Amino acid sequence: MSGVAGPVRRTEDPRLLRGLGSYVDDIDPPGVLHAAILRSPYGHARIAGIDVSAARAYPGVCAVYTAADLGDFNQPAPLVIPHPSLTHGRTQRPLATDKVCFIGEAVAMVVATDRYIAEDAVGLIEVDWQPLPAMIDFRVADQAGQPLVHADVPNNVAAHLIQVVGDPESAFRNAAHVFEEQLYVERSCGSPIEARGVVAVYDPRLESLLVWDATQAPLTIKNGLANMLGLPEFKVEVIAPDVGGGFGTKIMLFFAEEVLVPWAAIQLRQPVKWTEDRREHFISANQERGQQHTARVAVDAEGRILGMESVFLHDTGAYTPYGIVVPIITVTQMPGPYKVPNYRSEFTVVYTNTPCVSPYRGAGRPQACFVMERLIDRIARELGLDANEVRRRNFVQPTDYPWDVGLTFQDGAPTKYDSGNYPAGLQLAEEMIDVPAFRAEQSAARQHGRYLGIGFAAYVEGTGIGPYEGGHVRIEPSGRVLAVTAVTSQGQGHYTSFAQIVANELGCDVADVSVITGDTSRFNWGAGTYASRALVTAGNALGVAARAVREKVLTLGAELLEASRDDLELRDGTVRVKGAPGRALTLGALATAANPIRYAYGKAASQAALQLVKPRAGAVLRAGEEPGLEARGFFAPDRATWASGQHAAIVEVDPGTGNLTFVRYVVVHDCGVLINPTIVEGQIHGGVAQGIGGAFYERLYFDDSGQLVNASFMDFLMPTAVEVPEIEVAHIETPSPLNPLGVKGVGEAGTIPVAALVAEAIEDALAPFGVRINEMPLSPARIRELIDEAVYVDARP
Amino acid sequence: MKPAPFEYVAPRSLDEALGALADGGADAKLLAGGQSLIPLLNFRLARPSLLVDLNRVAELVYVSSRDRGVAIGAMTRQATIERDAQMRQAQPLLFEAIGWVGHPAIRSRGTIGGSLAHADPAAELPAVAVCLDAQLSIASPRGRRTVAAEDFFVGYLTTVLEPDEILVETWLPPLLPSTGQAWLEFARRHGDFALAGVAVSLSLERDAVCDARIVLTGVGGKPARAREAETLLMGGRVSERAAAAAEAVRSAIDPDADIHATKEYRAHLAGVLTERAIHLAHDRALALAPSALDVRRTLESLGRHA
Amino acid sequence: MPEPRAVRVVVNGRTFERSVEPRLLLSDFLRHHLHLTGTHVGCEHGVCGACTVLVDGQPTRACLMLAVQADGAAITTVEGLTETGADALSSVQEAFWEAHGLQCGFCTSGMLITTVAFLRDNPRPSVDEIRVALSGNLCRCTGYQNIVKAVRLASDRAAVATRPDSA
Repeated sequence: MSGVAGPVRRTEDPRLLRGLGSYVDDIDPPGVLHAAILRSPYGHARIAGIDVSAARAYPGVCAVYTAADLGDFNQPAPLVIPHPSLTHGRTQRPLATDKVCFIGEAVAMVVATDRYIAEDAVGLIEVDWQPLPAMIDFRVADQAGQPLVHADVPNNVAAHLIQVVGDPESAFRNAAHVFEEQLYVERSCGSPIEARGVVAVYDPRLESLLVWDATQAPLTIKNGLANMLGLPEFKVEVIAPDVGGGFGTKIMLFFAEEVLVPWAAIQLRQPVKWTEDRREHFISANQERGQQHTARVAVDAEGRILGMESVFLHDTGAYTPYGIVVPIITVTQMPGPYKVPNYRSEFTVVYTNTPCVSPYRGAGRPQACFVMERLIDRIARELGLDANEVRRRNFVQPTDYPWDVGLTFQDGAPTKYDSGNYPAGLQLAEEMIDVPAFRAEQSAARQHGRYLGIGFAAYVEGTGIGPYEGGHVRIEPSGRVLAVTAVTSQGQGHYTSFAQIVANELGCDVADVSVITGDTSRFNWGAGTYASRALVTAGNALGVAARAVREKVLTLGAELLEASRDDLELRDGTVRVKGAPGRALTLGALATAANPIRYAYGKAASQAALQLVKPRAGAVLRAGEEPGLEARGFFAPDRATWASGQHAAIVEVDPGTGNLTFVRYVVVHDCGVLINPTIVEGQIHGGVAQGIGGAFYERLYFDDSGQLVNASFMDFLMPTAVEVPEIEVAHIETPSPLNPLGVKGVGEAGTIPVAALVAEAIEDALAPFGVRINEMPLSPARIRELIDEAVYVDARP
Repeated sequence: MKPAPFEYVAPRSLDEALGALADGGADAKLLAGGQSLIPLLNFRLARPSLLVDLNRVAELVYVSSRDRGVAIGAMTRQATIERDAQMRQAQPLLFEAIGWVGHPAIRSRGTIGGSLAHADPAAELPAVAVCLDAQLSIASPRGRRTVAAEDFFVGYLTTVLEPDEILVETWLPPLLPSTGQAWLEFARRHGDFALAGVAVSLSLERDAVCDARIVLTGVGGKPARAREAETLLMGGRVSERAAAAAEAVRSAIDPDADIHATKEYRAHLAGVLTERAIHLAHDRALALAPSALDVRRTLESLGRHA
Repeated sequence: MPEPRAVRVVVNGRTFERSVEPRLLLSDFLRHHLHLTGTHVGCEHGVCGACTVLVDGQPTRACLMLAVQADGAAITTVEGLTETGADALSSVQEAFWEAHGLQCGFCTSGMLITTVAFLRDNPRPSVDEIRVALSGNLCRCTGYQNIVKAVRLASDRAAVATRPDSA
């Protein structure tokens, strides 16, 4: 894509910089009431009784709802992504009935004139709680004798799935070496700076519902709400306004509050708003990452992988509202950039009395990468090879595409890599970080009691999955171009990158293209922003639509300019005869002329409209023709397109404090054709920062009763500008053959390999101590423990 | 997360504040900088019936010299100290430690008195006050009393302040000659509460330590004065005694365990920080010490520069 | 219920008089009583910094101040960084735009206010000093890199602008 690809400044920024963003809590419809939720303080408890009388009587309270008040409406949420192996799926009701299964589960909702009063009233609700034993540690959840999260789910097992490629048994039997690792990743959460929120307005005169929701998938919410509330779909609109970060948390569908607030707005015939606060977010928004793997790899004498197996437990929390997508992604992404001819994976999804698990940026890939890369490191160590040499010996080569992993990906299509160049990427990363210079530096530092280490990690990412997205492009008489799509934006720069794609087709200025996302009243088809898919699907759909508009421009332009189509070009917002700049029409004038209704606004448009006064024969619109310069387009990919990357970092570990600091961080990244490199790099920076959080800072601590001990930003540690290093990014572009733009997704990439890389780097730094890393996240205290344990082991005779 | 309802009064004088506090009874709370209290109000972990806001009591805002030391009014903002160039010379430990208190926006509002009265076990200023042997002046309807910092802190979020008392001033004694000081802490992220922190003040006579104060934060309910470690340093050379002093700290403290640190790790950390801080304080004392000046003069007379 | 109090506050140069409950947080007062929604709320316990405003010129977490405490104060919010009626962004805002220093925009107003106060007091900071200065503002989108770049750019430009030969 030529012309407007490049580091264009974002069109959405001036508004946001002026403080004129419109996030859900900024939206205050006249007369809006405020909701507050009574949430379970226990991980597991029976509700023996609930008395809301004092709350109802509190001045300023309009309503208090419990499960009893909801009646039939209080149905379990739809299981949005069913799977045959999810034999014991369970979803939560908007309000708990006789028991609660996780801290934070919604039990009652107060609606009042302001949030302060609503919270006062929540405090007045009396619940007769009968605490039950809580199932917290997922690693033992399926063992006999453990508390059951759901009485009718034996051994807390929600799902069990075995997938096999080739003949792993033979591979293991005949291998020169077999290595096994126990690997553990503990839970974290997306924690966007804007928590969740919903505002609902019901107009009883029009019988229509308008909902602003900080969601990543408004169309799905709209259709679901219409169904639940018994309204026709065209009477329900959902708008995702400016959204302050999503990271997967806001793709979770039909959160209790998303359903309760619209329902209450209909009951009360007044707008209702619920703004989630930070404490609530920690205990009721979805989380992710908890998995425990027993992984084995079989290799030949040269370290080439013959087979691999991972048996793992996946913690789904108290319910399975998003199916088992995350562990499926873990399975399919585990082979990563390597050839794994024989592979067996077996996972068990278990319930625990903790908040629900659904995708958080990475969505099971960070765990998969951690496992695979730890195995690579093990192979290297055991065979006395450099880890990157093991990587090189096992990489899928640039000549191997399409490379079929042999599994079914999360979209139901084959897990088949389309393009890439992992060896070139790794080499570039090595050059950028300058391994030989580092080794010299490391050696010198050790003389002075300083421990520097280097780590690498490689990964692939399946992006741009279907089912499809759509786009609508229209040139207006003013010359502005409207581009609409159903996907949403939480900061990814869609308003700019999508504008670039459309501007490229129409030959106009990027600044003249206005993009609208996430408004169901503007576009009715699509799925949403998640799984690193928006640019690939919506971007290409807008490309299709823009090309169709381009065709109309050329056709009408040829007619009005009395030239042949081949002699025309679209440039600088005009259609013009090549080599004859005087023979041109602005796109706006053309748009006026394309709509033969006699009215014209603006000078250029008037000129064009005079065309219409000429004598003519027949109807202004022939059969099948439409007025205006507009078109819709759709894009449905065959399958995912595979991005990839190689990260490298130099770290320092302070053996006294156990602290980890990054000295350098390098990313080589391949997301195919780059529309806007600055936006791509921004996505990578943010992903790496969350990856660093997940490796060394972020961990959710639940006590035995299911209380979240660190439910605040004081104790849930997201890295600051001091903890995140400068990140050097280099790009490799292997275009995707699977879409016209040749693009691949990048949203989650930065997070995927960080934990794996940090493990390798720490082991390298602390090699003199013989430290082994097989868990994430770490902490200074844990590093100290590992040093002590390792030294102790080495000291024994 | 919104506060529960409370009555509110913003007195303009200390006497008015004392009166309001006395009238308010046991459920009244003083509001100073609010950087610790307001989060508690927002979480509804504190639900006072009355807030007595001290932010309009101008007479509690001052930094002045007195009796060769520094007197700091309790409502003096932490940022004021941070910007006070003279404080850097006169009270380097306080100056250094204040930069570690949260972030600039916290220090814009946070006060010296508020931090001491709140007595967070991982805060910087309580440990600094104990290390400097600060004298804390307390007002009540019954008059005034002065308490040494070391006697002021009782335990977790608890001081000797009675419900009707207001901390009004912190007086810091002048430093001995050839005193070097250091504040070192380790926190998970920049600006967080310390997992452990140490204030060290060393005075040298020639090469030897003639006065040593070592006070830790984050290792117990209140600032922990490491007397054994101080004794080990007295009369000796830091290069010979620092490790032993650090070990003494490790064994003497009995820290809590929490999600960020085990007991063992905290104790180990305290030792590591103590040793490093002792060396740092020592280096700074040397830079000021007459013996260092002697060395430099000798080198200069030999035509070489130190 | 506690009696409402009169509050008179100057925000971005304009005087407002309102009657508020003592417990009303300054953040909510600015956002929902004065309809200045550019200041955002991320945590209400003083850690994320999204609510940072200038109170009498000092960077302050609006969620850790009561509206009643602002009586008599002069406050600057992000809306006050551009001159009223002016199209142009301030130089700090321009720098953030050029450096791609924002993604979702939610932490941005806090970042801008913190930066304005910081550069006023530290006109030629090092990168390390910038990172420390920003460490009280959490961002989940950018990984901070381009925010640091934006602050550097703003500081470099201000240095050029104040050079004696740049009149």
